[in-house]
Amino acid sequence: MTTQTSSITTTRRGGGAGGRILASFLYALGLPFLLLVVWAVAATRSTNRFFPEPLTIFDAFTETWIGPAFVEDVLPSLYRLGLGIGASIVIGVALGTVIGLLQWLRELLEPLLEFFRAIPPPVLIPVVMLLLGITDTMKVVVIISGAVWPILLNTIEGVRATDSVMTETARSFQVTWWERLRFLVLPAASPRIMAGVRQGLSVALILMVISEMFASSSGLGYRIAYFQRNYQVAEMWSGVLLLGLVGVFLALVFGLVERRVLRWYHGLREVSRA
Amino acid sequence: MPDRSTLLRVEHLRKVYESANGDVEAIGDISFTMHAGELVCIVGPSGCGKTTLLKCLAGLLRPTDGLVEMDGSPVTGPSPAMAVVFQEYGRSLYPWLTVRGNVELPLRHKKLTRAEREKLVTDALEAVGLAHAGRSHPWQLSGGMQQRVAIARAIAYQPEVMIMDEPFAAVDAQTRADLEDLVRELHVTRNMSIVFVTHDIDESVYLGERVLVLSKSPTWVQEDLAIDLPSERDQITTRALPRFTELRTHVYDQIQRAKRGETVAAPPGR
Amino acid sequence: MRVSSTRRLRTLRKGLLGVVGLAGFLVVWQLIPTFDLINPQYLPYVTDVAARLAEESRDLAFWRRLGATMTSWGIGLAVATFAALVLGTIVGLVPVLRRATHTTVEFLRPIPSVALIPLAVLMFGIQREAALVIIIYASFWQVFVQVIYGVADVDSVARDTARSFGLTHRERLSHLVLPTALPYVMTGLRLAAAVALILAITAEMVIGNPGLGSLIELSRSAGDSVGLYAFVVVTGLLGLLVNLVFRFIERRSLSWHQSIRGEEAR
Repeated sequence: MTTQTSSITTTRRGGGAGGRILASFLYALGLPFLLLVVWAVAATRSTNRFFPEPLTIFDAFTETWIGPAFVEDVLPSLYRLGLGIGASIVIGVALGTVIGLLQWLRELLEPLLEFFRAIPPPVLIPVVMLLLGITDTMKVVVIISGAVWPILLNTIEGVRATDSVMTETARSFQVTWWERLRFLVLPAASPRIMAGVRQGLSVALILMVISEMFASSSGLGYRIAYFQRNYQVAEMWSGVLLLGLVGVFLALVFGLVERRVLRWYHGLREVSRA
Repeated sequence: MPDRSTLLRVEHLRKVYESANGDVEAIGDISFTMHAGELVCIVGPSGCGKTTLLKCLAGLLRPTDGLVEMDGSPVTGPSPAMAVVFQEYGRSLYPWLTVRGNVELPLRHKKLTRAEREKLVTDALEAVGLAHAGRSHPWQLSGGMQQRVAIARAIAYQPEVMIMDEPFAAVDAQTRADLEDLVRELHVTRNMSIVFVTHDIDESVYLGERVLVLSKSPTWVQEDLAIDLPSERDQITTRALPRFTELRTHVYDQIQRAKRGETVAAPPGR
Repeated sequence: MRVSSTRRLRTLRKGLLGVVGLAGFLVVWQLIPTFDLINPQYLPYVTDVAARLAEESRDLAFWRRLGATMTSWGIGLAVATFAALVLGTIVGLVPVLRRATHTTVEFLRPIPSVALIPLAVLMFGIQREAALVIIIYASFWQVFVQVIYGVADVDSVARDTARSFGLTHRERLSHLVLPTALPYVMTGLRLAAAVALILAITAEMVIGNPGLGSLIELSRSAGDSVGLYAFVVVTGLLGLLVNLVFRFIERRSLSWHQSIRGEEAR
């Protein structure tokens, strides 16, 4: 409602498309720019050495991360992250579908799953370390052990809640088991599955960082902790910045995939809202 | 026409729901037969077990007693000889599939070549006047058009009988009239056998060649009424015929009686 | 009569199956080290872990650590919720602000809060304050985003109704905006409570300020696997408790609203 009215007034006042583009440009970048300026001014005035100037951080960023460090620290981290997320999705959706379709299994496992979901994922790091030692596999397993729960539980919930008329339709047209899975159960659960994946992504990122801070001699998390221990403040900030960029990148990719996978869902919601 | 072969035979059908607070006898004893190429409407007071009957016919529910026979063999589960059009089109069409995808889905397990399948889908969509909408998603269409998609899906499935469960209960009056004419047209031009369940008396008389009036629950067939209106029907002239009014008054009376629990009255003479 | 009896039977069956599942899990856990599938040094016996739990529950030092963790959690959650409520309401109600803050929020929100741990340690050392920075940062966004959704979700017809009857700004806020946003806030609060607990314990593990997390880290470095498993179980129970309590609160506040909102995929 409100946005609609305001956009109408902007068009009337703003003098054509050029004005509107400029306005949205200002809206998008105005505040970040302002914040950077405030930061820069504050940094030059204050003596607090934990907040270096933005330009210093930017220099440190190019020096630290562009070059061999990217291949040695960043890529392996991202590789493990991707592997962990991929495995979590496959395991979570496969198990979740089976559990969601079988009522007795669901009731059997429910309290257990509730408990496992409630364990703060990072405390699993020492456990996995104990079981697997400090290896690359361990870091991937750590990511899976945390990220799989939201995906698994959301899949169970989504599969369980398949609409009764939709199921009856499939039954009356004798749609085969496999087709029912592919064209009914999984698409019907997909909004919930995607919601689970979104939660899983942020857990996975956290676990990637912490497992490297804990037990590693390479990787993004390790680097940042290393800079902190050696009081390389600007470099440490640049690492935080890089992690932020990774987070934003993940969110962007997820947004794109989600919009594609759930196009029908968003369209449907828009229609039913109007 | 006596030479028509028997398509669907229902004999002493009884359905009891075992519910927590005692058993509920939804259907008492229903028997009727339907010939190939007929359009039979089933009406009854609300809550008389119409949907239960239909689900038993379609093999979605197992009757407690009695027999449903399709082409001489008993119906024990969903069969390719029948296609159901559900009342809740919004929940019966899959929103993640396009219109074409929805119509095509039940054909996937039939042994057809891709071209045959495509042709069936195109043909069915044309029959319901939605040839242009194949790439849309169901939710982008109006309610009436969505129900057309569901009908197209049933047509493409090439059943021997199409079973429709109050299909137009949720659309507005204008659309409803159009859809009724579509059903008549499919019946006349394609010689489709249709079982049409409705609670609307006018609709049952306008559409049917026979109207089965059901009693209140536990249900039996209160009357099996032949509708002797000309087979060419249209919304204005047919509904204005004196005979139409007679028939609908008669059915109305029957249903009132059914609600009160009284039994058969004599069918109206000519 | 019979309705309630069958329903009770079904709940009973469900409860029984759940207990069987739980018992089965514990038995399997016990059997794995018994048959030496995994060395008991890495996966200790359930019975040992249970004994350790009983022992710890009689130890005041354990409860003090637990109290420290929950204090960090409580302070962090309270500060984050308060800040998110105030800022979220302001930003959500003013369209200009909503547009202007969009990119900034979308950049700041996905930053994993644990990335800030080194910074927090530099600023505050091994203190609770360092942990609070992380907890507040992470749980703030959970509530903030929900508040913005909630405030923006005011039904347009309801809004027009309020306007046509000449409700003042203040009346509209308290009778229209807040009731609409309340269920969203409660959802945000539930998510924030879980996130705050995760980060309270994580921060203790990594930073080393006293609490459950540091207990876990100590057991690990000391090779005390029984203690490690026992404390992990405690964190799970704690998480379960927090989830249950906040889900209960959320459901209470949602009860009148559910039908309108329908199912929400999250």
